[in-house]
Amino acid sequence: MDAKSKNLGRSQASALLDPAILGPAVGQSFRKLDPRLMARNPVMFCVEVVAVLTTVLLLRDVAAGRGGAGFGIQIVLWLWFTLLFANFAEAVAEGRGKAQAASLRKTKTETSARLLGPDGAIAQLVPATRLKPGDLVLVQAGDLIPSDGEVVEGVASVNEAAITGESAPVIRESGGDRSAVTGGTQVISDWIKVRITAAQGNTFLDRMIGLVEGAQRQKTPNEIALNILLAGMTIIFVIAVATIPSFAAYAGGSVSVLVLVALFVTLIPTTIGALLSAIGIAGMDRLVRFNVLAMSGRAVEAAGDVDTLLLDKTGTITLGNRQAAEFLPVAGVSDRDLADAAQLASLADETPEGRSIVVLAKEKYGIRARDMAGLHAQFVPFTAQTRLSGIDSDGVSIRKGAVDAVLAHARTFGHDTAPQGNTVTALRPDPAADAAAREVQAIAERVAKSGGTPLAVVRDGRLLGVIHLKDVVKGGIRERFAALRQMGIKTVMITGDNPMTAAAIAAEAGVDDFLAQATPEAKLQLIRDEQARGKLVAMCGDGTNDAPALAQADVGVAMNSGTVAAREAGNMVDLDSDPTKLIEIVEIGKQLLMTRGALTTFSIANDVAKYFAIIPAMFLAFYPQLGALNVMNLASPESAILSAIIFNALVIVALIPLALRGVRYRAVGAAALLRRNLMIYGLGGLIVPFAGIKAIDMAVTAIGLV
Amino acid sequence: MTVNGWIQILVFIALVAAVARPLGGFMTGVFNGDRNALSPVLGPVERGLYRIAGVDAKAEQHWVSYAVSMLLFSVAGLSLLYLMQRLQGVLPFNPQGMTAVPADLAFNTAASFATNTNWQNYGGESTMSHFVQMAGLTVQNFVSAATGIALAVALVRGFARSSARTVGNFWVDLTRATLYVLLPLCAVCALFLVWQGVPQTLAGAVDATTLEGARQTIALGPVASQEAVKMLGTNGGGFFNANSAHPFENPNAVTNLVQMLSIFAIGAALTNLFGRMVGDERQGWALLAAMGLLFVIGVAVAYWAEAQGNPAFAAFGIDGSAGNMEGKETRFGVAMSALFAVVTTAASCGAVNAMHDSFMPLGGMVPMVNMMLGEIIVGGVGAGLYGMLLFAIVALFVAGLMVGRTPEYLGKKLEAKEVKMTMLAVLCLPLMMLGGTAFAVVLDTGTASMANAGPHGFSEALYAYVSAAANNGSAFGGLTGNTLWYNLTLAAAMLVGRFLVIVPMLAIAGSLAAKTRAPASAGTFPTHDGLFVGLLAGVILIVGGLTFFPALALGPIVEHLAMNAGTLF
Repeated sequence: MDAKSKNLGRSQASALLDPAILGPAVGQSFRKLDPRLMARNPVMFCVEVVAVLTTVLLLRDVAAGRGGAGFGIQIVLWLWFTLLFANFAEAVAEGRGKAQAASLRKTKTETSARLLGPDGAIAQLVPATRLKPGDLVLVQAGDLIPSDGEVVEGVASVNEAAITGESAPVIRESGGDRSAVTGGTQVISDWIKVRITAAQGNTFLDRMIGLVEGAQRQKTPNEIALNILLAGMTIIFVIAVATIPSFAAYAGGSVSVLVLVALFVTLIPTTIGALLSAIGIAGMDRLVRFNVLAMSGRAVEAAGDVDTLLLDKTGTITLGNRQAAEFLPVAGVSDRDLADAAQLASLADETPEGRSIVVLAKEKYGIRARDMAGLHAQFVPFTAQTRLSGIDSDGVSIRKGAVDAVLAHARTFGHDTAPQGNTVTALRPDPAADAAAREVQAIAERVAKSGGTPLAVVRDGRLLGVIHLKDVVKGGIRERFAALRQMGIKTVMITGDNPMTAAAIAAEAGVDDFLAQATPEAKLQLIRDEQARGKLVAMCGDGTNDAPALAQADVGVAMNSGTVAAREAGNMVDLDSDPTKLIEIVEIGKQLLMTRGALTTFSIANDVAKYFAIIPAMFLAFYPQLGALNVMNLASPESAILSAIIFNALVIVALIPLALRGVRYRAVGAAALLRRNLMIYGLGGLIVPFAGIKAIDMAVTAIGLV
Repeated sequence: MTVNGWIQILVFIALVAAVARPLGGFMTGVFNGDRNALSPVLGPVERGLYRIAGVDAKAEQHWVSYAVSMLLFSVAGLSLLYLMQRLQGVLPFNPQGMTAVPADLAFNTAASFATNTNWQNYGGESTMSHFVQMAGLTVQNFVSAATGIALAVALVRGFARSSARTVGNFWVDLTRATLYVLLPLCAVCALFLVWQGVPQTLAGAVDATTLEGARQTIALGPVASQEAVKMLGTNGGGFFNANSAHPFENPNAVTNLVQMLSIFAIGAALTNLFGRMVGDERQGWALLAAMGLLFVIGVAVAYWAEAQGNPAFAAFGIDGSAGNMEGKETRFGVAMSALFAVVTTAASCGAVNAMHDSFMPLGGMVPMVNMMLGEIIVGGVGAGLYGMLLFAIVALFVAGLMVGRTPEYLGKKLEAKEVKMTMLAVLCLPLMMLGGTAFAVVLDTGTASMANAGPHGFSEALYAYVSAAANNGSAFGGLTGNTLWYNLTLAAAMLVGRFLVIVPMLAIAGSLAAKTRAPASAGTFPTHDGLFVGLLAGVILIVGGLTFFPALALGPIVEHLAMNAGTLF
């Protein structure tokens, strides 16, 4: 969570106050008036068309020397301001990304690469820009990795600060799940051979720059649909406004083009039209600042829609490692005795589990860790064959390990020097040992049922008891799952554990469901099943065997530390490689959609007040009775129309911070969220413009603008 | 306004709510193809019809072929009706020797009846032969209504189905709507009206001698049967010129109540059918509640306006306490006249029991607003439900994002295609209503037909286009519609208002049917509670209603304000 608050804090500070962004954005606002760019946004394009039209009409009137142009000039100016404010919003949103892209570009300096020939020898030194996918290069300590690729040989520590901002080096090695390297990162020690996987111009860094700059920004599906809705509403208001002159003519009056344009521009949904692309850019930007790269805006929207989250147990739900929680001796053995033996057996065990045993014995029984050398002890390391580890010291042999392995060890202890023939039948029957074995098995089963992992301990062939290794569920994770449930999102824990252990951990963590003994195939099948029921699924993964599932999921977040295959398959990459982030990604997606909805609702609700400002003003000349509709008691028809159009323009500026920051998301469930947002943006959208237009009218009148 | 008046209004609302569920359940079964109590009698008839027509009742249609079937059927009906009118001089059952109906009027009438509008630019008894009335107009009264029901069911299937290619079979839906829904209900309704004194005879007019000794010809005919389908099919074309204000069409308060109830019955039941088919009756109740909310607002405004009466009368020392009784029947009074006006325009019926032209300006505005909204308050049979669902799509698209998910309705994602089609359908109404009026009020040929000057004349023209495009068919009165200009432009408004809504609507049905249905969760937008009802009503008023604010301001609103200031038109 620290990373999150740090990132978001940084983004807000730079978003709203940074003059380095605001300055160029002003210039951009004018450049974006280019009709070819405006045409992308139907609502604002309409505003530009009528702004040009009224400007021409105004110039004609001024040239003809007609009086009373002061009002016309103001209306026309505010029309252009409306456009500039809209462009400014977009420019500010883009500016934030541009600053980041500039710092990324710095890392994309010209490097040269040691291209290897087919025989593995260094063939030549070539500029990185000439590398093709499939080329093999050697990167040594101090070198920048020339392009994206996969380590085929060697192991090295790599500083990836250029893309992740994290300066602690990470290990990259051939094979396994940590074989992907990114162009622009630096090898700190050792060397690796890398097979280039990305074509020039399409590297991870290139894509990242493109994404944060918004250069590759495609309209997302929901944005397209919303644009259609807004365009449709604009057409409705074209009809509503275009028929007015004829209605007025019937009534024996006339309405000037300027006033019609003012009504039209205030009625069409300019607020959301102006801020729509800024909202989209800011949403992507929030993800980037959160060190997640979405390969498409579609993925961000899908994140908001996610119904099912697949979460890996280890690292996401539980701390990465199991820890000793309890010593459970068999009858006739004191727990202190067991703890002592277990600690001795673990002294040289550098695994986290082993260390946790040493710590637990010390904390619980005050048994101090002893020095291996002082005990003349010899460490017996864990092997895949024995599945045991322990020590031999002064003729005492202590082993710990998986229960079945320990039981087998106990049974054969003392016979292992004569493994000739059928040794098992030669074993002496020992009722006490059998009883102990049964007891250990019983304890082990109990531990497994509670979600733990049992480790048996044996000393000189005598079973002492069981160490309860526990999966430690992350603090606060239960509350987060409860919050997700309130949002209507189902969580599924994926684990390689057996179903019994998985069920216990699932219950403790509060996930809704679990997939035990998960294979990549089972994972893929689970995703397909959920999708067949109409659900959207998000997951994260890093290994090559995760790639099919990542590709199948609607939101697939690949860990930056993962393989090239995983990174290609997912539609997001988490630079911090933190699987917990999936939850925040969903929240960011929801926030993006909510912001869009809130401003759309606000924009449309605003129309009521604008009608009441302009309609009486428009028809007052020939139907003075309609003055009764002037419920805001605006000073004059001119001030009413001017106030409405000023309000319409200023509200865009006022809402830029909200568009960039996003509407605050709360995990309270859709009904409560809707009630709250409808109150603020629906009801607020009805009321605010009444107050705003009235205030502007008073100001306009006081200054004497009309 | 009186307590008595409000009690009557509340009784009516309670009856509509009571009818919706049982009738909705019955209709759900009918369109699912289940057997029902009528199957033993009507089943063989149904199967016989399919055999004759060569329809495979089991074969379902893609939305495109469903739409093509519907269009073919409507065009055929329209053409046939046109030809009948043009050729009525040589066709049988023409005792009064009616000559061919003029081409423009025939076209207007054919369009009017084929679109379930039943706008009448003619006097029935002086223009149409018995043959045209029976084989042409009455047939369309049934089948245009059945078409509407079928279309609504197709859209509901779009919501109810998951990953489906088809939305039903138009011919089967049409047949079932007519056979199992409209015919039995009309039979029951007609018998009730006969019991209440509505004539039902094939005999001709009766001559009578009045108390003063004058001779009077009292027209009679098969009135009750025509009344029934006029209401239940939300057609609105009456037997008599005075429509439901005539004592033979609508003799007393009870028949008045039953007539209003039968206007709303099928439309209200369709909301329940919707709920049942999508597997959650609350969804249907929510739509009905949104309709009810708008309805009550409309009734309150209209009743209040009519109960106020005309302040100008007070100047003549006339007691205005009875409210505005001009153009109203004393047996219905202000409350039931206002209610009837709201019901008939809310529901695309167009029957009238009072003269809307004589309503107070705001009282007359309510029917206009009802139609401008697209008649989605219960609405025309079928048309009301699909119109409402289109608005629900708009509402969910506007506000649905606020729960942090892309918009969906009943688990169906609303995407670019649905929005595009919805906006297309929503656009045609203001285009025809405002566009038509805009031309009519500035062209001499348009203004020449107006009976009144000023805002009232404006209202007359506006009402005509609104009524035509909304497929209502009620007339404000005062406008001479039988001119070349109005015949053609109103016909165009009717056709656009019907088919340019239906075809995009069916496209939505097809697109929705093909989607999977995501199960509801705590994160999905709740569409069955009061919040949704309020949101839907708000969006309808803002998106559907505000478009017409300038026109309303120049018509009824300014007339109302002028009237209070002592100026009449």
